[in-house]
Amino acid sequence: MSNADIYHEMIIDYSRNPLNFGELENPDATYHDSNPLCGDSIDIDLKIDDNKISNIKFHGKGCAICMACTSILTELTKGKDIEEVKKFSKNDVLSELGLEHLQAVRIKCALLSLKVLKYALYSYLGKHLKDKADVDKLKEEAAALY
Amino acid sequence: MQSTEISLENIRKDFPILERKVGDNKSLIYLDNASTTQKPKQVIDSIINYYNNYNANIHRAVYSLAQEATDAYEKTRDKIVKFLNIPKREEVIFVRGTTEAINLVAYAWGRKNIEKNDIIVTTEYEHHSNIVPWQLLASEKGARLEYIGIDDDGELILDQLDKYLATGKVKLVTFSLMSNVLGTISDIDTIMSKCKKAGVKTLIDGAQAVPHMKVDIQKLGCDFFAFSAHKMLGPTGIGILWVRKDILENMNPFHGGGDMIREVHKYETTWNDLPYKFEAGTPNIADVIGFGAAIDYLSSIGMDKVREHEIELTKYALEKLSKVKGIKIYGTKDISKRGGVISFNFADIHPHDVAQIVDEDGIAVRSGHHCAQVLMERLDVAATSRASFYIYNNKEDVDALVNSLEKVARIFKL
Repeated sequence: MSNADIYHEMIIDYSRNPLNFGELENPDATYHDSNPLCGDSIDIDLKIDDNKISNIKFHGKGCAICMACTSILTELTKGKDIEEVKKFSKNDVLSELGLEHLQAVRIKCALLSLKVLKYALYSYLGKHLKDKADVDKLKEEAAALY
Repeated sequence: MQSTEISLENIRKDFPILERKVGDNKSLIYLDNASTTQKPKQVIDSIINYYNNYNANIHRAVYSLAQEATDAYEKTRDKIVKFLNIPKREEVIFVRGTTEAINLVAYAWGRKNIEKNDIIVTTEYEHHSNIVPWQLLASEKGARLEYIGIDDDGELILDQLDKYLATGKVKLVTFSLMSNVLGTISDIDTIMSKCKKAGVKTLIDGAQAVPHMKVDIQKLGCDFFAFSAHKMLGPTGIGILWVRKDILENMNPFHGGGDMIREVHKYETTWNDLPYKFEAGTPNIADVIGFGAAIDYLSSIGMDKVREHEIELTKYALEKLSKVKGIKIYGTKDISKRGGVISFNFADIHPHDVAQIVDEDGIAVRSGHHCAQVLMERLDVAATSRASFYIYNNKEDVDALVNSLEKVARIFKL
């Protein structure tokens, strides 16, 4: 995949004007993580009503790939059932931006926010659900993203 | 080899990798020399020659091959002694690199000499390898780690050193001779005179300096000195720790094992002579030999010429790059105080995106925190882009980088 393909209009636009950027007051779940190799740093806040993600915001710093992917992910997540969000895979994010063949060195930039989202959800479910196996599975998935 | 002088003008032909194409058939423009340098064929050939013709373990067997391998290995030690004007050859210890060298000091000297409430002083522009080993030691011993800060030109604020020394608790001052991010060359005379007056031990991280300028260990006057081969045309996985002999004699071993012993009995062991006491196990023989070839190569150019070339190139690059709209260059403008390392940020574009786009033009620059997160915090940035030069770089390389940055600006609609 050549660089010209990666840095297409959508990526540049989303990185310049990220969607759902900011913080939520009294979020039901919140999580932070960073990418130790390149310093991308993302916080995600969630509002959860009726097992639905009723609102989501993120803030942090990152490269264009990271910011664009986080923008897209927050759009994908908003309004969805928890069950649906739990099933999000890396290709759900990458394909939205045509990044399926992103080089290995940049994949962490692209998937950091998915990891943060899954951990946020895990921390919420850990508090609210009895089904520990379910929570563990989500945690494992998040850890195995890249 | 050492008698034939190598001229910088036609040096590029010695580096096979510079002939390769990257991406869309673009010539490689390698500007990540602070990270690791490319290797001339003389170095590569010396390693191949060892494996093809005299591969054997050293210091033990008596057959010809082992003799030849031992001779070649030990010859590198002599070359290093000469290259850095080291007083005694038994003070030169082969290690894996600067990181291992500093860890060795923290372990073998630090554990014996650092006590509760002692202070170890480092600086804000250190590489993680000159921070983390001291954090580990300090937390084990209940000692304190303190930092000499940097000013807005990227130079150390040495008054802060006075403050620490005045406590009477400082046992070690450890600092880089040249910053791997800002290129700042530390004010060695001032630091050393302060430390000597206070009777404090000093460790110098020479990983960035030794490849790029003439270094004379006796003139420096420090107690510990560390550097790596791979940043000076040599192979990865080999480096040097130099320790003043009277200190080395009183240090505990680092690793126990073969070659570092004199006699081993069931419950006690006596140690081998210096430096072998600190070289346990079969060492990295091939790469030590390759390191020797790298020193020959640099010696035949002359380190003063290397520095001259880099001053000229860095001056040119600073001038050209500072004209790129939206660029912020870190560190001092005073070329006499900086090496060929230029860290910069480009408008609000993340350094990873800059590095990836210029890569399409065959240009290799580093992006990230450069193993210097304490410095990134001080500069209040997550990362920077960094171009760093060596003997095979030229003004055309700088021009290519500048052109490519203009392309980044177009893509990001600056």
